[in-house]
Amino acid sequence: MDMADKSFTVLDLLNLDLKGHNSLNLKCISGRSGLSRKINIPDVNRPGLALSGFYDAFAPQRVQLFGRGEDAYLLKIVAEKNLENIRKFFTYAIPCCVFTHSLLPPDEFTALAEDSECPVLMTDLESTEFSSRLLRAFSNIFALRKSMHGVFVEVYGLGILILGHSGVGKSETALELIERGHRLVADDVVEIRCVNGNTLLGQGPNKMISHHMEIRGLGIINIQQLYGVGAIREQKQVQLVVKLEEWDSQKVYDRLGTDEITMDLLGVKIPLLEIPVKPGRNIPIILETAAMNERLKSMGYFSAQEFNQNVLKWIESNEAQANYYSDDDIY
Amino acid sequence: MTEKLLTVKNRAGIHARPAALIAQTANKFAAEITIEKDDFTVNAKSIMGVITMAAGYNTTLNLKAEGSDEEAAIQAISELFDNKFEED
Repeated sequence: MDMADKSFTVLDLLNLDLKGHNSLNLKCISGRSGLSRKINIPDVNRPGLALSGFYDAFAPQRVQLFGRGEDAYLLKIVAEKNLENIRKFFTYAIPCCVFTHSLLPPDEFTALAEDSECPVLMTDLESTEFSSRLLRAFSNIFALRKSMHGVFVEVYGLGILILGHSGVGKSETALELIERGHRLVADDVVEIRCVNGNTLLGQGPNKMISHHMEIRGLGIINIQQLYGVGAIREQKQVQLVVKLEEWDSQKVYDRLGTDEITMDLLGVKIPLLEIPVKPGRNIPIILETAAMNERLKSMGYFSAQEFNQNVLKWIESNEAQANYYSDDDIY
Repeated sequence: MTEKLLTVKNRAGIHARPAALIAQTANKFAAEITIEKDDFTVNAKSIMGVITMAAGYNTTLNLKAEGSDEEAAIQAISELFDNKFEED
């Protein structure tokens, strides 16, 4: 199910808990009553032209970004007691205004914002830095999303999404992989989102209860406490999908691996492996091998095709030899 | 496919024990059973999935089942909700 249409408000923007070089450092300085306004367009607008009275092609639904230039202009028109354009500015349905460089808007501006219940936010970042961080955050928030039933693990650096019916052994497989030094990203519910239209990122839906697993007969276990922080990961790119299914003797499974099958997830094609499960098959080792094989492929070495090339070469050279000897016989 | 709207009637909401009850009951049926909360869908046969919904008191959930025994499955699971998971 797509969750991209989930509404995102200015309050959500203020509450975004982004760390370090992603942090937006926002605080609300005015228009608190409008914090429930929705941000529908994940983009920013510099309202310089609008403030000077030119409202053609004005994009009011975007976040309005006030840098040094806009702030200086505001000071100028406020000093000239020319508030008409500011009044007009606030008649539009603006989600919020953001002042960068810790700039404080003139009181007249704040008062008008307060009257029209338009939130005014402030950040200590520079305008370009702020807009690139904001757009990065928006591309995550407004990404296409889908939640899937499965287990998401990182094996030799490769993000593998394990799918399959309840009880087929997904969690047990993941547990064995963790035991062997690989990492758990999410168990059971994996939230997948598509960024930049070509990359899928997967993570658990809730940080508070993620990295727990339910193992039949054991109950709920905490992977981080049991195996340490090295055994978990918060998010990872989905690079391979593995479907575990009960062994069906009627079904033909891929025996060569020369053809690449893919699965469409949110419009991105991800390599897919269908692996039959039956007692005595060591699925974790198969997944480890699959991960290494997939990495080889991404480095340009395709085991199955390479093998077939060698077989073809061998047949050719045998034929050549046979021809040579049969030619020899003539003499 | 059969579906039914359910309301969480026990005070504590769906924490670990009710989630285990739901998953155990769902596992008795062959049908594919899912529970939806707003725009979030989980597999009813998995305890962690059901807990992850974090469904509190008075939350409305949409129960869906698809398969040969879907009606019996919906019936059995909605009984759990009606009985407040034998809590309160």
